[in-house]
Amino acid sequence: MNVLDFAGAFFGDGAHWHGYDGIPQRLLEHVQYSLLALGLAALIGLPVGLVTGHTGRGGNALALVATAARALPSFGLLVLIVIMMGFGLLPVMIPLVILAVPPILVTTYEAVRSVDPAPVDAARGMGMREGRILLQVELPVALPLILSGLRSAAIQIVSTATIAAYVSLGGLGRYIVDGLYQRDYEKVVGGATLVAVLALVTLALFWAAGRLAVSPGVRRR
Amino acid sequence: MSAHRRVFGALIRMDSVTKRYPDGTVAVDRLSLEIPDRSITVLVGPSGCGKTTTLRMINRMVEPSEGTILLDGEDVTRQPVTTLRRSMGYVIQNAGLFQHRTIVDNIATVPRMLGRSKREARERAAELMERVGLDTALARRYPYQLSGGQQQRVGVARALAADPPVLLMDEPFSAVDPVVRKGLQDELLRIQDELGKTIVFVTHDIDEAIRLGTMVAVMREGGRLAQYAPPAELLSAPADAFVEDFLGADRGVRRLSFFPAAGLELTTVPVVPVDATAKRLGAAAKSPYLLVTDVDGRPLGWSEPRDLTPGDIGTDRLLPYGRPFTPGTDSLRAALDCAVLSPTGWAVAVDADGKVLGVVSQSAIGEAIRTAHAGHAGAASAPVTGAVS
Repeated sequence: MNVLDFAGAFFGDGAHWHGYDGIPQRLLEHVQYSLLALGLAALIGLPVGLVTGHTGRGGNALALVATAARALPSFGLLVLIVIMMGFGLLPVMIPLVILAVPPILVTTYEAVRSVDPAPVDAARGMGMREGRILLQVELPVALPLILSGLRSAAIQIVSTATIAAYVSLGGLGRYIVDGLYQRDYEKVVGGATLVAVLALVTLALFWAAGRLAVSPGVRRR
Repeated sequence: MSAHRRVFGALIRMDSVTKRYPDGTVAVDRLSLEIPDRSITVLVGPSGCGKTTTLRMINRMVEPSEGTILLDGEDVTRQPVTTLRRSMGYVIQNAGLFQHRTIVDNIATVPRMLGRSKREARERAAELMERVGLDTALARRYPYQLSGGQQQRVGVARALAADPPVLLMDEPFSAVDPVVRKGLQDELLRIQDELGKTIVFVTHDIDEAIRLGTMVAVMREGGRLAQYAPPAELLSAPADAFVEDFLGADRGVRRLSFFPAAGLELTTVPVVPVDATAKRLGAAAKSPYLLVTDVDGRPLGWSEPRDLTPGDIGTDRLLPYGRPFTPGTDSLRAALDCAVLSPTGWAVAVDADGKVLGVVSQSAIGEAIRTAHAGHAGAASAPVTGAVS
């Protein structure tokens, strides 16, 4: 049997399409974990990245923190936190957020830094306040790059959220963890396929968001 | 003379203003300047002379270390910085347009900040597009779809949108090619004639300074003022060797742009129509060259009298007449240029319709230059006549 046969068998089995261990339920859980983690990471990464990028201060400190955070292994961190805090949603969120903050933070900072200084100077010279300069002059131009940071964070979260299953939570990781334990490779392949598809859907969503949110004047078409 | 040459009271007064940076560099050194109302004051000098810093201290983009700047008698530090800046238009090199906004929304920026409705601000923006010579069909375009010259026009329109009394322009036309720059300069002079703003204009180009300025402040390295004078005075009496050097070698010729060509004595003796009779040719024949015109009086070219046959003058053998000048609107510089370009050394004067009014020789132009200089003897400590030969 090859991988395609495993996947075909998994998705062909009607039993996998309903119930608390059904695909819709696991998919929903996975999306919920991912959105929550991405939301929390954006809540931290975006404001810090925007403000440091606008003022140009704290760039070095930012790079240091981001590199350190990237060096942390998510799975090891999860085990450590579960030992310290016990089971629950929070111990899963911490490693996912730590994974997602650096790409958001660093690209947002770089995106704002790389905005042409001339329009910013013009805006300041016409009496625009700093907050407005950041949100109405720099952000719209920096948006494509900021979205790319959010996108890579989202992809990493979607694929890493499978670790939630190791600490008794749901999500698509359930199929992989349980499948491995039960030597049910249909389940493992099915779960992995779903994660991959979800990652592709995430890509598509960000592409659409870019088309909608980025001004044609910035996209240049 | 056009309205922008008229000088009103001082609107901006800089009093012993110094900008010193924390590392000890002095960008501007005890500069005192009175910037007249409703006129164009140009700050000019080599790079690093502090001209941009001086401009940016007026709207407090740079805070002075010492000295005071008064706007309409009031210290600029007395009002909130955003209020001050909103009362001044600001135009920079490369325009600095907001690339995510359409042209009309770029121009509407300040009216929107001042609380006008979107519709009102856009109507005002469309009005300004016409004023700066932009096709309103471009309103919905984005900046990247416009040429550099068009972008700069949008920059000027955006600065004028809230109708501020003061316009600060920092090398606005430096990044466009010479032909477009000339167009933008003409446009600025035209707009200034209509609106009468107080414009402070920074450039490193002395020709631009002389063309646009009612007053020109020449600055030198170290942020010091070398000379502050109207352009004609600058050309006739540079304060020192630095200013003279900065003005360049042909300041004598350039100064002629300030003398009108209207006073030149024109002669019609050597002018003959293409269907001239033998009698008419005979009367003109004592001139070394004759200017042949068509039956409507428009110039065709020069010829020696002996090459002409009465009744049917062959126009294919005529010498080119160069570029004619218009006495009513052109300067002595234009007249001299025509004479120098003409193969016969005579300049052709035409009216607005291009019909020949008469011709004038190089030596007659030289005489007019000497007379004009004599009339300005008070201002000119160094008479400039060497340019005419």
